[in-house]
Amino acid sequence: MPDMRDSQGPTARPYGRPLSPHLQIYRWPITMAASITHRATGIALYAGMLLLAWWLIAASTSPDAYAIFIRVAANPIGEIVLFGFLWSLAFHLLNGIRHLAWDLGYGFHVPTARLTAALVYAGSLLLAAAAFAVALMVRAGLGV
Amino acid sequence: MSTRHLRTPLAKIEGLGAARTGTGHFWHERITAVALIPLSIWFVASALAYVGAQQGAVAAYFAEPINAVPMFLFIVAAVYHMALGLQVVIEDYIHQEGLKIALLVLNRFASWAIGAAASFALIRMALAGH
Repeated sequence: MPDMRDSQGPTARPYGRPLSPHLQIYRWPITMAASITHRATGIALYAGMLLLAWWLIAASTSPDAYAIFIRVAANPIGEIVLFGFLWSLAFHLLNGIRHLAWDLGYGFHVPTARLTAALVYAGSLLLAAAAFAVALMVRAGLGV
Repeated sequence: MSTRHLRTPLAKIEGLGAARTGTGHFWHERITAVALIPLSIWFVASALAYVGAQQGAVAAYFAEPINAVPMFLFIVAAVYHMALGLQVVIEDYIHQEGLKIALLVLNRFASWAIGAAASFALIRMALAGH
Protein backbone atom coordinates (compact mmCIF):
# COMPACT_ATOMS: atom_id res chain seq x y z
CA MET A 1 0.00 0.00 0.00
CA PRO A 2 1.58 3.29 -1.04
CA ASP A 3 2.49 5.69 1.72
CA MET A 4 0.91 9.04 0.95
CA ARG A 5 2.56 11.06 3.67
CA ASP A 6 5.22 12.39 1.34
CA SER A 7 2.56 14.28 -0.62
CA GLN A 8 1.49 16.29 2.42
CA GLY A 9 4.03 19.09 2.15
CA PRO A 10 7.45 19.85 3.53
CA THR A 11 6.71 18.70 7.09
CA ALA A 12 5.69 15.16 6.02
CA ARG A 13 8.08 12.33 6.83
CA PRO A 14 9.98 11.13 3.78
CA TYR A 15 8.52 7.60 3.68
CA GLY A 16 7.95 6.12 0.24
CA ARG A 17 10.02 8.69 -1.58
CA PRO A 18 12.61 7.51 -4.05
CA LEU A 19 16.00 7.28 -2.37
CA SER A 20 19.11 8.68 -3.96
CA PRO A 21 21.28 5.92 -5.46
CA HIS A 22 23.80 4.25 -3.21
CA LEU A 23 26.67 1.81 -3.75
CA GLN A 24 24.66 -1.31 -4.64
CA ILE A 25 22.66 0.21 -7.47
CA TYR A 26 24.96 2.99 -8.63
CA ARG A 27 26.81 2.58 -11.89
CA TRP A 28 30.49 2.74 -10.95
CA PRO A 29 32.21 5.58 -12.81
CA ILE A 30 35.94 4.88 -13.04
CA THR A 31 36.68 8.03 -11.03
CA MET A 32 34.61 6.70 -8.12
CA ALA A 33 36.28 3.30 -8.39
CA ALA A 34 39.71 4.98 -8.28
CA SER A 35 38.71 6.99 -5.21
CA ILE A 36 37.54 3.88 -3.36
CA THR A 37 40.61 1.92 -4.50
CA HIS A 38 42.83 4.73 -3.19
CA ARG A 39 41.36 4.29 0.30
CA ALA A 40 41.45 0.49 0.10
CA THR A 41 45.11 0.44 -1.00
CA GLY A 42 45.94 2.95 1.75
CA ILE A 43 44.49 0.59 4.35
CA ALA A 44 46.32 -2.35 2.74
CA LEU A 45 49.60 -0.42 2.95
CA TYR A 46 48.96 0.24 6.64
CA ALA A 47 48.91 -3.54 7.11
CA GLY A 48 51.90 -3.79 4.78
CA MET A 49 53.92 -1.62 7.16
CA LEU A 50 53.56 -4.45 9.68
CA LEU A 51 55.32 -6.73 7.17
CA LEU A 52 58.01 -4.11 6.64
CA ALA A 53 58.55 -3.88 10.41
CA TRP A 54 58.75 -7.68 10.58
CA TRP A 55 61.30 -7.71 7.74
CA LEU A 56 63.53 -5.17 9.52
CA ILE A 57 63.18 -6.84 12.92
CA ALA A 58 64.03 -10.23 11.40
CA ALA A 59 67.04 -8.78 9.54
CA SER A 60 68.28 -7.12 12.74
CA THR A 61 67.83 -10.21 14.92
CA SER A 62 69.49 -13.33 13.53
CA PRO A 63 69.86 -15.54 10.42
CA ASP A 64 67.24 -17.89 11.92
CA ALA A 65 64.70 -15.11 12.45
CA TYR A 66 65.35 -13.91 8.89
CA ALA A 67 64.94 -17.44 7.52
CA ILE A 68 61.43 -17.59 9.03
CA PHE A 69 60.48 -14.35 7.27
CA ILE A 70 61.90 -15.60 3.96
CA ARG A 71 60.07 -18.94 4.27
CA VAL A 72 56.75 -17.12 4.73
CA ALA A 73 57.50 -14.55 1.99
CA ALA A 74 58.53 -17.20 -0.56
CA ASN A 75 55.39 -19.25 0.11
CA PRO A 76 52.76 -18.91 -2.70
CA ILE A 77 50.40 -17.11 -0.29
CA GLY A 78 53.27 -14.88 0.79
CA GLU A 79 54.02 -14.10 -2.85
CA ILE A 80 50.38 -13.17 -3.47
CA VAL A 81 50.48 -10.86 -0.42
CA LEU A 82 53.76 -9.30 -1.61
CA PHE A 83 52.33 -8.76 -5.10
CA GLY A 84 49.28 -7.15 -3.46
CA PHE A 85 51.62 -4.91 -1.46
CA LEU A 86 53.53 -3.90 -4.61
CA TRP A 87 50.33 -3.18 -6.53
CA SER A 88 48.81 -1.26 -3.61
CA LEU A 89 51.95 0.85 -3.32
CA ALA A 90 52.05 1.47 -7.10
CA PHE A 91 48.36 2.42 -7.20
CA HIS A 92 48.52 4.65 -4.12
CA LEU A 93 51.68 6.31 -5.46
CA LEU A 94 50.29 7.02 -8.95
CA ASN A 95 46.84 8.03 -7.72
CA GLY A 96 48.51 10.13 -5.01
CA ILE A 97 50.33 12.07 -7.74
CA ARG A 98 46.90 12.51 -9.40
CA HIS A 99 45.59 13.91 -6.11
CA LEU A 100 48.56 16.29 -5.80
CA ALA A 101 47.83 17.54 -9.34
CA TRP A 102 44.23 18.24 -8.28
CA ASP A 103 45.57 20.11 -5.22
CA LEU A 104 47.46 22.36 -7.66
CA GLY A 105 44.29 22.83 -9.70
CA TYR A 106 45.04 20.54 -12.65
CA GLY A 107 43.06 17.62 -14.07
CA PHE A 108 39.51 18.44 -12.94
CA HIS A 109 38.06 18.34 -16.48
CA VAL A 110 35.85 15.22 -16.41
CA PRO A 111 37.31 13.46 -19.49
CA THR A 112 40.79 14.18 -18.07
CA ALA A 113 39.85 12.77 -14.65
CA ARG A 114 38.48 9.61 -16.33
CA LEU A 115 41.59 9.22 -18.48
CA THR A 116 44.01 9.69 -15.55
CA ALA A 117 42.02 7.18 -13.47
CA ALA A 118 42.35 4.60 -16.26
CA LEU A 119 46.06 5.41 -16.60
CA VAL A 120 46.53 4.90 -12.86
CA TYR A 121 44.91 1.45 -13.01
CA ALA A 122 46.92 0.39 -16.06
CA GLY A 123 50.16 1.95 -14.86
CA SER A 124 49.93 0.45 -11.37
CA LEU A 125 49.37 -3.06 -12.76
CA LEU A 126 52.33 -2.63 -15.13
CA LEU A 127 54.61 -1.30 -12.37
CA ALA A 128 53.62 -4.06 -9.94
CA ALA A 129 54.08 -6.77 -12.58
CA ALA A 130 57.48 -5.32 -13.58
CA ALA A 131 58.64 -5.11 -9.95
CA PHE A 132 57.45 -8.65 -9.28
CA ALA A 133 59.25 -9.92 -12.40
CA VAL A 134 62.45 -8.19 -11.24
CA ALA A 135 62.06 -9.82 -7.82
CA LEU A 136 61.74 -13.28 -9.40
CA MET A 137 64.80 -12.65 -11.59
CA VAL A 138 66.89 -11.45 -8.64
CA ARG A 139 65.86 -14.48 -6.61
CA ALA A 140 66.79 -16.78 -9.50
CA GLY A 141 70.23 -15.13 -9.45
CA LEU A 142 69.85 -13.70 -12.96
CA GLY A 143 70.63 -10.16 -11.85
CA VAL A 144 69.14 -7.14 -13.53
CA MET B 1 29.18 38.38 30.43
CA SER B 2 28.64 37.20 26.92
CA THR B 3 30.18 33.95 25.70
CA ARG B 4 32.56 35.65 23.32
CA HIS B 5 34.53 36.96 26.28
CA LEU B 6 35.17 33.35 27.33
CA ARG B 7 37.39 32.77 24.31
CA THR B 8 41.08 33.18 24.98
CA PRO B 9 43.07 35.64 22.85
CA LEU B 10 44.84 32.66 21.26
CA ALA B 11 41.52 31.02 20.33
CA LYS B 12 40.36 34.32 18.76
CA ILE B 13 43.50 34.59 16.66
CA GLU B 14 43.41 30.94 15.57
CA GLY B 15 39.78 31.39 14.58
CA LEU B 16 39.16 27.66 14.36
CA GLY B 17 35.84 27.67 16.22
CA ALA B 18 34.25 24.25 16.53
CA ALA B 19 36.39 22.78 13.74
CA ARG B 20 39.07 21.89 16.36
CA THR B 21 41.91 21.96 13.85
CA GLY B 22 42.75 24.01 10.82
CA THR B 23 44.51 22.92 7.66
CA GLY B 24 47.40 21.25 9.53
CA HIS B 25 46.13 17.73 8.89
CA PHE B 26 45.63 18.37 5.17
CA TRP B 27 49.03 20.04 4.81
CA HIS B 28 50.97 17.36 6.71
CA GLU B 29 49.29 14.66 4.62
CA ARG B 30 50.51 16.45 1.47
CA ILE B 31 54.05 17.04 2.75
CA THR B 32 54.46 13.36 3.66
CA ALA B 33 52.89 12.36 0.32
CA VAL B 34 55.45 14.38 -1.63
CA ALA B 35 58.30 13.00 0.50
CA LEU B 36 57.06 9.44 -0.01
CA ILE B 37 57.24 9.65 -3.82
CA PRO B 38 61.07 9.36 -3.98
CA LEU B 39 61.37 7.49 -0.66
CA SER B 40 58.98 4.67 -1.59
CA ILE B 41 60.58 4.26 -5.03
CA TRP B 42 63.98 4.07 -3.33
CA PHE B 43 62.64 1.54 -0.80
CA VAL B 44 61.16 -0.79 -3.44
CA ALA B 45 64.36 -0.62 -5.50
CA SER B 46 66.41 -1.47 -2.39
CA ALA B 47 64.14 -4.31 -1.32
CA LEU B 48 64.07 -5.79 -4.84
CA ALA B 49 67.88 -5.81 -4.97
CA TYR B 50 67.96 -7.92 -1.78
CA VAL B 51 65.30 -10.51 -2.67
CA GLY B 52 66.67 -13.90 -1.64
CA ALA B 53 69.71 -12.34 0.07
CA GLN B 54 71.10 -13.61 3.38
CA GLN B 55 70.33 -11.86 6.66
CA GLY B 56 73.93 -10.65 6.91
CA ALA B 57 73.73 -8.92 3.53
CA VAL B 58 70.56 -7.03 4.49
CA ALA B 59 72.06 -6.03 7.87
CA ALA B 60 75.23 -4.85 6.12
CA TYR B 61 73.14 -2.77 3.69
CA PHE B 62 71.45 -0.92 6.55
CA ALA B 63 74.75 -0.53 8.42
CA GLU B 64 75.64 2.08 5.80
CA PRO B 65 74.35 5.58 6.71
CA ILE B 66 73.59 6.28 3.04
CA ASN B 67 70.97 3.49 3.23
CA ALA B 68 69.92 3.73 6.89
CA VAL B 69 69.03 7.43 6.72
CA PRO B 70 66.63 7.21 3.73
CA MET B 71 65.10 4.08 5.27
CA PHE B 72 64.52 5.97 8.51
CA LEU B 73 62.94 8.86 6.59
CA PHE B 74 60.76 6.39 4.70
CA ILE B 75 59.54 4.80 7.96
CA VAL B 76 58.79 8.18 9.59
CA ALA B 77 57.01 9.64 6.55
CA ALA B 78 55.05 6.44 5.87
CA VAL B 79 53.95 5.98 9.48
CA TYR B 80 52.84 9.61 9.84
CA HIS B 81 51.09 9.54 6.45
CA MET B 82 49.21 6.33 7.26
CA ALA B 83 48.15 7.66 10.68
CA LEU B 84 46.71 10.78 9.00
CA GLY B 85 45.06 8.74 6.24
CA LEU B 86 43.36 6.17 8.44
CA GLN B 87 42.22 8.98 10.76
CA VAL B 88 40.17 10.43 7.86
CA VAL B 89 38.71 7.01 7.07
CA ILE B 90 37.66 6.57 10.72
CA GLU B 91 36.17 10.09 10.89
CA ASP B 92 34.25 9.48 7.64
CA TYR B 93 32.68 6.14 8.45
CA ILE B 94 32.42 5.81 12.25
CA HIS B 95 29.70 8.05 13.59
CA GLN B 96 29.30 6.66 17.10
CA GLU B 97 31.33 9.13 19.18
CA GLY B 98 32.79 6.72 21.76
CA LEU B 99 33.86 4.11 19.21
CA LYS B 100 35.25 6.84 16.96
CA ILE B 101 37.47 8.25 19.70
CA ALA B 102 38.62 4.76 20.71
CA LEU B 103 39.58 3.97 17.09
CA LEU B 104 41.32 7.35 16.66
CA VAL B 105 43.44 6.62 19.74
CA LEU B 106 44.09 3.03 18.61
CA ASN B 107 45.13 4.32 15.17
CA ARG B 108 47.75 6.62 16.72
CA PHE B 109 48.99 3.90 19.08
CA ALA B 110 49.25 1.31 16.28
CA SER B 111 51.01 3.57 13.80
CA TRP B 112 53.51 4.82 16.41
CA ALA B 113 54.14 1.25 17.59
CA ILE B 114 54.81 0.03 14.04
CA GLY B 115 57.08 3.02 13.40
CA ALA B 116 58.97 2.53 16.67
CA ALA B 117 59.47 -1.20 16.10
CA ALA B 118 60.70 -0.70 12.53
CA SER B 119 62.95 2.22 13.54
CA PHE B 120 64.45 0.32 16.48
CA ALA B 121 65.33 -2.64 14.25
CA LEU B 122 66.83 -0.28 11.67
CA ILE B 123 68.92 1.63 14.23
CA ARG B 124 70.13 -1.66 15.67
CA MET B 125 71.51 -2.61 12.24
CA ALA B 126 72.82 0.90 11.59
CA LEU B 127 74.81 0.94 14.83
CA ALA B 128 75.97 -2.69 14.76
CA GLY B 129 79.75 -2.86 14.95
CA HIS B 130 80.13 0.83 15.73
